[in-house]
Amino acid sequence: MIEVQHLTKRYGRVTAVDDVSFRVERGEILGFLGPNGAGKTTTMRILTGYMPATEGRATVAGFDVFDKPIEAKRRTGYLPETPPLYPDMTVREYLDFVARIKGVPSSERVSRVDAAMRRTHVDDMASRHCGKLSKGYRQRVGLAQSLLHNPEVLILDEPTAGLDPKQIIETRDLIRSLAGDHTIILSTHILPEVSQTCQRVVIINKGRVVAVDTPENLTARLRGAETMYVQVDAAGQDVAAILARIPGVTRVEAADQRHDSGAYEVESERGHDVRRDIARQIVSSGWGLLELRPMRMSLEEIFLQVTTEEPAEGTADQQDTRVQGGAGA
Amino acid sequence: MRNILAIAHKELRSYFSSPMAYIIIGFFALPFGVFFYLYLDAFVRQGMQMAEMGGSMNVNQQVIRYVLQNASVIILFIMPMITMRTYAEEKRSGTIELLLTSPVTDLEIILGKFFGALGLYVAMLLVTLLYIAILFVYGNPEWRPLVACYLGLLLMGGAFLSLGLLISSTTNNQIVAGIVSFIVFLMLWIVGWFADTAGPMMGTITRYLSITEHFDDFSKGIIDTKHVIYYLSLITLGLFLTAKSVDSERWRG
Repeated sequence: MIEVQHLTKRYGRVTAVDDVSFRVERGEILGFLGPNGAGKTTTMRILTGYMPATEGRATVAGFDVFDKPIEAKRRTGYLPETPPLYPDMTVREYLDFVARIKGVPSSERVSRVDAAMRRTHVDDMASRHCGKLSKGYRQRVGLAQSLLHNPEVLILDEPTAGLDPKQIIETRDLIRSLAGDHTIILSTHILPEVSQTCQRVVIINKGRVVAVDTPENLTARLRGAETMYVQVDAAGQDVAAILARIPGVTRVEAADQRHDSGAYEVESERGHDVRRDIARQIVSSGWGLLELRPMRMSLEEIFLQVTTEEPAEGTADQQDTRVQGGAGA
Repeated sequence: MRNILAIAHKELRSYFSSPMAYIIIGFFALPFGVFFYLYLDAFVRQGMQMAEMGGSMNVNQQVIRYVLQNASVIILFIMPMITMRTYAEEKRSGTIELLLTSPVTDLEIILGKFFGALGLYVAMLLVTLLYIAILFVYGNPEWRPLVACYLGLLLMGGAFLSLGLLISSTTNNQIVAGIVSFIVFLMLWIVGWFADTAGPMMGTITRYLSITEHFDDFSKGIIDTKHVIYYLSLITLGLFLTAKSVDSERWRG
């Protein structure tokens, strides 16, 4: 549905996007993960026809975004990083205008606008001026705008930015419900978001694709080792030494600067679940078990790992043969 | 065509939903009224003297012509206010991203914005017709030269608007766009002043360049294709360069 081949974008001497290639199949949700300035927005802007690429090609719904921009744009809905709202228009007026320029037939315009407002839960603000909306509403009106012409492809640049937790959940549910009928690319820098909504993830850093995979594989592969957070009530005992003796445990460290807090990070071999053994050991030693949980790898850590992995070549085509682009490929 | 109308409609609505349109129309109608009063007053006094001597007066040549010539200078001052935000504001607020990623061509966007601005300008001119109506009530001016006058105003305004659009498309700061437009329009007006003092060659060139100079014949009620072509080519040039400017912006990102 979306095909990106060797896309490169240079601004003067700065290369914002460097030889990026990936594919998105019909009905799929692809997560675009990367730190600020990684080239996510630039890639999305090229896909939506906002700016041309320096090199490479991109097709959306079978139309080249450069040679057939109007056809491609007709089939694309786009939510930019800042929702493109006109402050002096009401939500309904705004959506009506967008429907016009997106080519929605006039007979369907009212019903489409209503449907989009209901879907994004902004119908209660229909006659409010866009300039007076809260950040969460702006974001959702922006989302409504991208859905109006029922596009085959949706490109969403950080759709949950600025929303409160409840709205984030609603928006994620909405995006998930849109998959199937629509092919979606969404960018984010929040890892849980990717694992909850996307079927596949492209990690991009400094303009290059550093990894493409399913969120599960990615987290598993990147983790390398399992780490547990353990907090026990065992005053004056050498907990670390005893925990380290459990088979499979490779390293035990105090999680806190204060050694008397009883908090430890227990690292074990990958795929080796030591939680039962840790619990058993603690109970049999007569200590009180206060907390035991697996430590999730934060995005920052994953990034550090992905972007410092040398050579990165193996990463990209290890799991996903559909991707030829990877770093250094 | 549909897209042009949609964008023009949006532009026009944004003028009228903010105080902008009312300020502009008021700012135009007020000095227009002053000029109208002064010239009409002079005309009436002169007319009484002429009546004693048995001469005749022409309201078209002695009132409307001068009022509209003066109005053309006020228009010059007002036009930057109409065009300064057209592109600059869309670029600053990011709404340009919506327009450029919608299935509309650059030309449709530009023409939409141009006709939107022209719509406000027409509204401005319509208000002035109230003054003209007074002349029709108490006198009998000829309507044919009047049509020429308003056609001239429309063309001249169109030329200002297309240049203003061009200038607005080169920046994302509407104040900058407004000031630069004002300076450029001012230059295009005062360049005609050199015509009398410059040599015959330079005189012709500067007179030709002056945007207000070409309005002279219209204000006398004459439609000369020379001037029509001047204004139309200036409008086309402005819109063409705006298209180029938008396109180059796109490449530079």
